[in-house]
Amino acid sequence: SNLTDVNIGVKTLKCHLWCDFTRNSEDIRCKCICPPYRDIEGQIYNQNVSLKDCNCLHVVEPMPVDGKDVEAYCLRCECKYEERSSDTIKVTIIIYLSILGLLLLYMVYLTLLEPMLKRRLFGHSQLIQSDDDVGDQQPFANAHNVLSRSHSRPNMLNKVEHAQQRWRRQVQEQRKSVFDRHVVLS
Amino acid sequence: MTFTAQFDDVLTWSGVSAATPTEEMNGAGNLMDFLDEPFPDVGTYEDFHTIDWLREKSRDTDRHRKITSKSKESIWELIKSLLDAWSGWVVMLLIGLLSGTLAGVIDLAVDWMTDLKEGVCLSAFWYSHEQCCWTSNETTFDDRDKCPQWQKWAELMTGHAEGAGAYVLNYFLYILWALLFSFLAVSLVRVFAPYACGSGIPEIKTILSGFIIRGYLGKWTLLIKTVTLVLAVSSGLSLGKEGPLVHVACCCGNLFCSLFSKYSKNEGKRREVLSAAAAAGVSVAFGAPIGGVLFSLEEVSYYFPLKTLWRSFFAALVAAFTLRSINPFGNSRLVLFYVEYHTPWYMAELVPFILLGVFGGLWGTLFIRANIAWCRRRKTTQLGKYPVLEVIAVTGITAVLAYPNPYTRRSTSELISELFNDCGALESSQLCDYINNSNMSRPVDDIPDRPLALALIFKIVITIFTFGMKIPSGLFIPSMAVGAIAGRIVGIAVEQMAYHHHDWIIFKNWCRPGADCVTPGLYAMVGAAACLGGVTRMTVSLVVIMFELTGGLEYIVPLMAAAVTSKWVADAFGKEGIYESHIQLNGYPYLDVRDEFTHRTLATDVMRPRRNDPPLAVLTQDSTTVEDVETLIKDTDYNGFPVVVSRESERLIGFVQRRDLTLAIKNARQKQDGVVSSSVVYFTEDAPQLLASNPQPLKLRRILNLSPFTVTDHTPMETVVDIFRKLGLRQCLVTRSGRLLGIITKKDVLRHMAQMMNQDPESIMFN
Repeated sequence: SNLTDVNIGVKTLKCHLWCDFTRNSEDIRCKCICPPYRDIEGQIYNQNVSLKDCNCLHVVEPMPVDGKDVEAYCLRCECKYEERSSDTIKVTIIIYLSILGLLLLYMVYLTLLEPMLKRRLFGHSQLIQSDDDVGDQQPFANAHNVLSRSHSRPNMLNKVEHAQQRWRRQVQEQRKSVFDRHVVLS
Repeated sequence: MTFTAQFDDVLTWSGVSAATPTEEMNGAGNLMDFLDEPFPDVGTYEDFHTIDWLREKSRDTDRHRKITSKSKESIWELIKSLLDAWSGWVVMLLIGLLSGTLAGVIDLAVDWMTDLKEGVCLSAFWYSHEQCCWTSNETTFDDRDKCPQWQKWAELMTGHAEGAGAYVLNYFLYILWALLFSFLAVSLVRVFAPYACGSGIPEIKTILSGFIIRGYLGKWTLLIKTVTLVLAVSSGLSLGKEGPLVHVACCCGNLFCSLFSKYSKNEGKRREVLSAAAAAGVSVAFGAPIGGVLFSLEEVSYYFPLKTLWRSFFAALVAAFTLRSINPFGNSRLVLFYVEYHTPWYMAELVPFILLGVFGGLWGTLFIRANIAWCRRRKTTQLGKYPVLEVIAVTGITAVLAYPNPYTRRSTSELISELFNDCGALESSQLCDYINNSNMSRPVDDIPDRPLALALIFKIVITIFTFGMKIPSGLFIPSMAVGAIAGRIVGIAVEQMAYHHHDWIIFKNWCRPGADCVTPGLYAMVGAAACLGGVTRMTVSLVVIMFELTGGLEYIVPLMAAAVTSKWVADAFGKEGIYESHIQLNGYPYLDVRDEFTHRTLATDVMRPRRNDPPLAVLTQDSTTVEDVETLIKDTDYNGFPVVVSRESERLIGFVQRRDLTLAIKNARQKQDGVVSSSVVYFTEDAPQLLASNPQPLKLRRILNLSPFTVTDHTPMETVVDIFRKLGLRQCLVTRSGRLLGIITKKDVLRHMAQMMNQDPESIMFN
C-alpha cells in the first residue's frame, strides 16, 4: 500500500506539472440530464469529473430517489463528458477583435483622414488633377499622382510608399470591375 | 549546328523555359544569341485571359527532366530532387493546417458574435451564451439555457428581464447590432478587397478551368474574406459560410504556392494545388473529408488527375484534424449538427422522401431563376450603384422579420441542428412540445406548424435577395435550412397521421399505437439533402457529405432517393445549377465538361474570318518588318497571330502570342543595337539573305509555337469542342490542304454553343 501511495503521488505530481498548462480544472465537466420521474422534476447535474467517472452514480448528487429506484432513475439519465479550452476561446476572440479593430482604424484613416491631410499639405491643385475619376469620392482616387511623384529617392520609405500605392491602384481596379462595371462577381 | 537542328526537331515547343541545350550549344559569338535568354515576364499571362494548358504541362515536364538529369551529378542535387518531389506534400500539409486554423477561428468568432446580438456574458465578455453557462449550476431542466452570468441587453440596461418594454428594447438592439455588423462587413469589403464578396465558387471553378483573375486569391482577399465572413454570418443574414470557406482555403493554397517555384511559376501545377485546397475547404466547413474531396472532384475542379485525388484527401484530413484539435464546439465534433440516432426507417416512408425530393427540385429551380433575375437586375440597373445601402436594407428587413419568430431568431446552423434532432425524453426544444405521450395529455395545438411554415416562407424569399450581395455569402446552409424546415413539417404531419390513424393499412404493419415509429428529424435531413441537391445539382458528394455530417449510414437510401429525385425534377426545368448559372451571368469563358454538343455544324461554320470580315491578320516568316508588327499589334486586339511562309502560299509555320511579341520587340529595341523600325523580323532558323545596307534582322523563333493545333475545315464542331475541352486549348487554326483558312478561338466556340442553345451569344465577355 505504501508503493501504491507513492505511485499515486508521482502521478499527481506529473499531472500538476503538465495538466495545469493544458487545461483548467473548470474546462472539463460531466453533464447528466435526468428527465422527470414520477413526482421528481427534471434536473441537470454538472461536475468536474474525469471520463471514467462520468456516469449517473458519481455525478447525480444528492440522489433524489432511494435504494431500488436508483437503477430505474439512472437508466433514464443521459451523461455526457465534455471538455473545452477556455484559453483557446479567449485568445481567439481577442486576436480577432484586435485584427478587426486595426482594420477599422486603417479604413477610417484611408477614407477620412488621409484625404483631409493631403488636402491640407498639397492644396487643392493635386486633387483637381485626378485623371479619369472626376468627382470620385472613393479612397485611393489620387493614387496615380502620388506614384508619378515618387521617382526621386529610392530609399526604404519610398519603396514602402511605392508598394502601398501599387496596392491601392490594384484595389481601385478591382473595385471598378466589381462595383462599377459589374464585370466580375455580380 | 547539326546538334542544334536535331534539338529543334525534338523539341516540339520551343517555349520559354529556362536555358535549354539549344542555346548552350550555340557558342558562336552571334549577337543575336542573348535573344535566346528568357525574356522578363514572357510566359506569364495577362489578367482575365486563359492559360495555355499544353504549354504549362510541357514546361513542367522540361523542369522535371532537368532536375532528374542533374540529380545524378552530386548528392546535393539528389537532395534537391527529393525536396522537389516532396514539395507537393509539404504544400498540402501547410494548406490543411492553415485552413483548419482559420475555420476554427471563424467558428469560434461566429459563435460569440451571433450571441452578442442578444446579450453579453458578464463574467467574461468573450464567452458565447452556451460557454458562459457552461460552469453554472443554476441551469434547470426546463430553462436549460438560462443562467445568471449571461444577460440579455434589456436586462443589463434597465434591469427588467420580462415585459413588453424589455422585448422592444431587445428587438431594437438586435436590429442595431445586425445593421452594425453588416455595415462593417460591406465597408471592409469595399475599401480593402472588392474580390472578397460573393460565394467564390463560380469564380474558383472558372479559375480552375484555366482563367486568370489576378488578386482573386491574394493575401488581402484572404484576410478580408475571413474577417468579413464572421461579420456577415453573425449579422443574422440568411447566408452560410461554406462557399466562402472554399475561397479562403484556395487563397491559402495560392499563398503557399508562392513558396515553391515549382508551383508559383507554373499555372497548371498551381491549379492542382488549388483543387486540393478546395477539398480542404469543404472538409472543414462540414467536417466531411471524403465529401470534400468528392465535392472538389465533382463541382469545382476541371481536370482532376489521380495524383490530385490522394493529395486532396491528405489536405482534407490534415484540415479536419487541425479543426478538431482547436475543438470549437467543445465536444470534439466538427460540425454543429452531428446527430447520433439510429432509429430505422420503413419502406413506406420512401413516398414522403420522394415527395421531399420533388419539393427540393422545384425549390432549386425557383431559387436559381429568381436569384439570377435579381442578380441580373443588380448588374444592369441602378440597384447596382448602391451596394452598401442594399446590404443595410436587406439586413434591416431580415432582422425585423426574423426576431419575432423564435426559429429564425437564432442562427441558421442552430436551427438546422435543432430540426435534425430527434425528440427524446430529454429534449427541451420547442419543436417537441406536442409530443404525444399516452401518459401526458398535451393539447394538439402545440404543434409548431404556424411558426415553422412562416419560417419556411421567410427563408425561401429572403435567401433569393441575399445570395450575391457584396459581402461573403454562401448558400449551403440556407438551402439546408429550407429543406430541413420543409422536411420537419412533413415528418410531423406523417407522425400525426400515424398516431391518429394507426389502424390504416399502411401504418398497421410498422406502427404500434403509442410507439414512436416516425422520426421527424430524419425527414428534416432528407429535406435538407433534397434542397441542397436541387440548387447545386450535386450527386455523390451530396450524399457523402450528408452521411458524414450525420453519421447515419443506414440513411443512405433515403438520402439517395431524395437527391436523385430532386436532381431529376430540377434538371427537367433547366440544366444548370446555381454556380453554372452565375458563370453564365458573368460571361466567364467556362467550357463545361457536362454540356453535350449534338449539332451537326462544321469547323468552317464557326471559324473567323467570316465571309464579310477583313482577312486574317498573319505574320510572314521572313518578310515582316518590326514596324509592321507594331502596327498590327496596335490596330488589332487579337491574342495571337499565325505565322505563314508567305502571303502567296499561306502555308502554316506556327503561332505566336501577342504578349510574347510585344515583350520581345520591346526588349529587342532596348537591349539590341541595330534593331530599328525597318528591321525584318524572321522566325526561321537562319537569317534571310539581305543586302548589307539593310538594318539588322530580329530573330524571334524563340517565341514561336511550332506546333499549333489545326483542324481541317470539314472537321465536325463536335470534335472541335471535344478537343477544346480535353486539351484546354485557347485557339485552334483551320486549314485546308495545308493552307491556312481561319482561326477558331475559345470565345467563338462558347458563342457558337450559346447560339445553338438559343441563348445570347453576346453575353460571352472574356477571351
